[in-house]
Amino acid sequence: MKHTTRDERTLLEVKHLKKHFPIRKGFLRRLVGQVKAVDGVSFYINEGETLGLVGESGCGKTTTARCILRALDPTAGQILFRTASGQVVDLATLPENELRPLRREMQMIFQDPFASLNPRMNLLDIVGEPLLVIEGIKSRKERAERVAEILRLVGLRPEYMQRFPHAFSGGQRQRIVIARALALHPRLVVADEPVSALDVSVQAQVLNLMMELQQRLNLTYLFVAHDLSVVKHICNRVAVMYVGKLVETAPTDELFYHPKHPYTEALMSAVPVADPRIRSAMIPLEGDVPSPANPPPGCYFHPRCRYAVDICSQEAPNLEEIEDNHFVACHRAHELKLRGIGG
Amino acid sequence: MSSEQRPILSVRDLKTYFFLDEGTVKAVDGVSFDVYPGQVVGIVGESGCGKSVTVRSVLRIVEKPGRIVAGEIFFRPRKGNGRLLEGSQDGYVDLARLDAQGREMRAIRGAEIALIPQEPMAAFSPVHTIGDQIMETILLHQAVNEEEARRLGIERLREVGIPNPEQRMEAYSWELSGGLRQRAMIAMALSCHPTLLIADEPTTAIDVTTQAQVLNLLRSLQQQHNMSIIFITHDLGVIAQIAEYVLVMYLGRLMETGPVVDIFHHPLHPYTRALLKSIPSVYTRSRTFLPTIEGSIPHPFNRPPGCPFHPRCSQFTAGICDQKTPLLQPVNEQQSVSCFLYHRRAEED
Amino acid sequence: MVLGPDAATRISPAHEAPLKIDDQASEIMIAPSEGAEAFYVAPNWKLVWWRFKKHRLALVSSVILMFIAIVALAPGFFSTQDPNATNAKELFIPIQTLHFFDEGRLRPFVYAVVGQRNPKTLRMEWQIDQSKKIPLRFFARGYEYKILGLITTRIHLLGPASPEEGERIHLLGTDRLGRDQWSRLMHGSQVSLSIGLLAVFLSIILGILLGGISGYFGGTVDLIIQRLIEILQSLPPIPIWMALTAALPRDWSVERVYFAITVILSLIGWTTLAREVRGRFLALREEDFVVAARLSGCSQGRIIFRHMLPTFASHIIAASTLAIPVMIINETFLSFLGLGLRPPAISWGVLLQEAQNLQSIVLAPWLLLPGLAVIITVLALNLLGDGLRDAADPYH
Ligand SMILES: Nc1ncnc2c1ncn2[C@@H]1O[C@H](COP(=O)(O)OP(=O)(O)OP(=O)(O)O)[C@@H](O)[C@H]1O
Ligand SMILES: Nc1ncnc2c1ncn2[C@@H]1O[C@H](COP(=O)(O)OP(=O)(O)OP(=O)(O)O)[C@@H](O)[C@H]1O
Ligand SMILES: [Mg+2]
Ligand SMILES: [Mg+2]
Repeated sequence: MKHTTRDERTLLEVKHLKKHFPIRKGFLRRLVGQVKAVDGVSFYINEGETLGLVGESGCGKTTTARCILRALDPTAGQILFRTASGQVVDLATLPENELRPLRREMQMIFQDPFASLNPRMNLLDIVGEPLLVIEGIKSRKERAERVAEILRLVGLRPEYMQRFPHAFSGGQRQRIVIARALALHPRLVVADEPVSALDVSVQAQVLNLMMELQQRLNLTYLFVAHDLSVVKHICNRVAVMYVGKLVETAPTDELFYHPKHPYTEALMSAVPVADPRIRSAMIPLEGDVPSPANPPPGCYFHPRCRYAVDICSQEAPNLEEIEDNHFVACHRAHELKLRGIGG
Repeated sequence: MSSEQRPILSVRDLKTYFFLDEGTVKAVDGVSFDVYPGQVVGIVGESGCGKSVTVRSVLRIVEKPGRIVAGEIFFRPRKGNGRLLEGSQDGYVDLARLDAQGREMRAIRGAEIALIPQEPMAAFSPVHTIGDQIMETILLHQAVNEEEARRLGIERLREVGIPNPEQRMEAYSWELSGGLRQRAMIAMALSCHPTLLIADEPTTAIDVTTQAQVLNLLRSLQQQHNMSIIFITHDLGVIAQIAEYVLVMYLGRLMETGPVVDIFHHPLHPYTRALLKSIPSVYTRSRTFLPTIEGSIPHPFNRPPGCPFHPRCSQFTAGICDQKTPLLQPVNEQQSVSCFLYHRRAEED
Repeated sequence: MVLGPDAATRISPAHEAPLKIDDQASEIMIAPSEGAEAFYVAPNWKLVWWRFKKHRLALVSSVILMFIAIVALAPGFFSTQDPNATNAKELFIPIQTLHFFDEGRLRPFVYAVVGQRNPKTLRMEWQIDQSKKIPLRFFARGYEYKILGLITTRIHLLGPASPEEGERIHLLGTDRLGRDQWSRLMHGSQVSLSIGLLAVFLSIILGILLGGISGYFGGTVDLIIQRLIEILQSLPPIPIWMALTAALPRDWSVERVYFAITVILSLIGWTTLAREVRGRFLALREEDFVVAARLSGCSQGRIIFRHMLPTFASHIIAASTLAIPVMIINETFLSFLGLGLRPPAISWGVLLQEAQNLQSIVLAPWLLLPGLAVIITVLALNLLGDGLRDAADPYH
């Protein structure tokens, strides 16, 4: 089957992606329900671009990221990827053996720099592993040379090659993770909260490194985060997620200054601004995030939405492109005048 | 001077060390600050800089092998708390001298100084209902009967904005969502109307929207009860939103203290300045390179000599900063800084 | 204190001092202290060893266990008598204390014992004869035995200097058939320890195999194995063992019974280990570094053998060490009840069988000494296991 994407520049296009986790109970582990962790998510990323994926804890960001790299098998939907040869493949249904040669083109950076490095391997083995298993570079010396080059690229000294992860601080470990991800010159890098676990003073180092590498190597990032300031800083476009669905996707400034979805507005107003003179009036959100195992009918956000009308509780809105490149899933998107940051 | 102008808590040169097999961790190494009635004092600092240990020292709940090795913690209890004042000076008791498990300390903990701990999940017992735990605190510190305690408990839960407080009294902590659990935690901390509330990263584990709720709540409660709050966080945004006075901590020492506006708009210490520049904000231009602080926080066993920040400092002077430890000194009306760029007072050793 | 004038001139309200923007190598580390580099490049086993070394009790235990293991490898060498030789003239001889120094010189000896029949009870009563010393010597010649079934020799660590004259020693006394208790204890250690080890070894194989399959593949296989484990664990073990061992034919040779007991013990023992392995597998499968390996294109085999197994190898070793004493106790217990090994096999349990009735305990309390050996061994193994468990995860 021939797949097509939005246009020629699109590196990745996700269409109606779903991932449902079964809930099992009892001695025979009967199926009693489903956690709809990701429930029909669609977005695209152009080559060389950074797309931010934001949302509150448990809304399905990690699950989406892992499905794209097939660390999890999606329940439904398409994940269209334009390979280096220009062909568009659907990663969602590709069997493992056809996926493996594509692994070099897409890599992942993890949230916890302490858990994502095997403590029993030294840097040479960690960063050299993809070189060994995918490129098939058997000679240890040759691998060491390549690893040295990559380590220099991410700002680590090649002399550290023999060291084990426990010799490094959080920020340095994140550099190692980035080094491993870049070992095969990938085109798509999925970064799942890459700076959330880092000390504040080290975050900037890693963000700068990621931006610099993007320019140098023409990388495309899917940048998952919950810190809106970080997302605002690093992303070209941002997708906002709420209980397994996307509620809004737009270019960064557009989204931050002219949000079109009430949830985005509330999210923006909740960001604590690092300026004591601007004590923002936060828009309080009543109630709690619904559970993805048991979401409300209609628009998932309606019980907490201050603009909700009757239709919101009856019909789920679709994600529509209401302006060029600005997608919103809200029945009242056209009429509402919402406040962005500084508004 | 009227008593309102006197600090409710005055910490002087506090040192709390952990004595481990591998060596000594100087978790808090000479910290001094005051908290005035009704003031919100924020402590900011990166992970491991000693924020929690500082406030745990004030509450005298530092766990072994840690102990307070030097310093005074003067606390001014309420007038009614007469027994505490025996042998005190000017109405102050030195908490550092009290027996950590003694009667006096127990009368202060929970009733006069309350804590919202870093881990709300761990702070509640999973086998008792929220109501039982709030009532227990109330019964412990107030001369009321069980019925009255129950009524007070429900009132506290309502006060922190928990819907259906009567029903929630019967709930277990694990049945509540993160936001409600944090509110219940606050209700419990407030159950005896403490004069000083210590909030140790109360919003780190929760989402921004919930964080906004909790910050709003703390602000309004603080105004209602005229409580003093020590608010710990590593999020500069949160500190800017809630604190009046800020303490900037690095590796167990205070780098700079001052009113929140001065700290954010007129920072003096190179660490504060670099830190403020290195955090991205929603107002900065997107996709620009951020100024960074070099290097990483040293391992606690590998503390640098001299000023703890000097290996990462862009303005460090060889021969001075790496040899002497600067003291925290007032450099203008509002701010105090421990940096040789502004004064020459160093720690005698 | 006041700094020099130099410092004073540097004091400036410079607010706009340029900040260093890190471009490449931004990691300056505080000058590494002595040996820090050794720590940075230390592989896992070294870290485990460094942590383990701090555990004094475990260290002492491992030395004790080393001695016990040496004894168990060559019990004949440490014996003074043939453990199965009966002697009707030397029943219930009490402990003969070993003396190393004779008149200030290293010249080991024991005092002889002389027996007298009590005219009222008609029992032999043994008295130590302080006037008569039996000189001993190291590497003495004694009865013939084989080391590990290979080397035939007559050399023993300690023995009477002149066995030709019929001199015999009983360091821990004799039992109701006049067999030398010390020598029997030495031989018993071989059987008891090896049963423990072998049973744990079999359990590990079963446990890793079934636990690994269960944990790695999950799904229906996992479901079936888990239910099987639950059923096995809910059965009361004692009656099961009793039933199984009682079913062993009476006429089986000592070796066959030995293996049968081992298999029975491990058939029940594997469930705990399988649970442990499965739990680790499940936790590890979700661990970021394992996901990372998968995303780097590693094959399943490489993920299991390069990433997962080494990670919990130390945990498995610790868990098995803690399982050995349980096996030893179980064997002792079964044999004590007469359901396990049967004479002429010698194990600590079989030895304790001799101390089963009150009469022999009153008459010959030294028959309880094998119990002490069990306690020491079990305790040492437990302490060692604790130390290993604490050291197994050196990364925090
Ligand atoms: N293996 C799993 N089995 C069952 N449910 C799962 C599993 N993994 C995730 N979930 C559920 O799916 C939902 C989405 O989880 P996910 O980890 O994707 O959230 P997230 O947006 O990354 O949150 P966070 O910000 O906390 O990392 C959650 O409700 C979670 O409980
Ligand atoms: N129980 C303990 N035993 C040994 N060292 C400890 C203990 N508790 C704290 N420390 C050490 O004291 C130092 C300060 O710890 P503290 O918990 O106060 O940091 P913090 O500023 O609260 O950090 P975080 O933001 O991570 O909570 C750390 O270096 C830590 O290693
Ligand atoms: Mg996540
Ligand atoms: Mg803390």
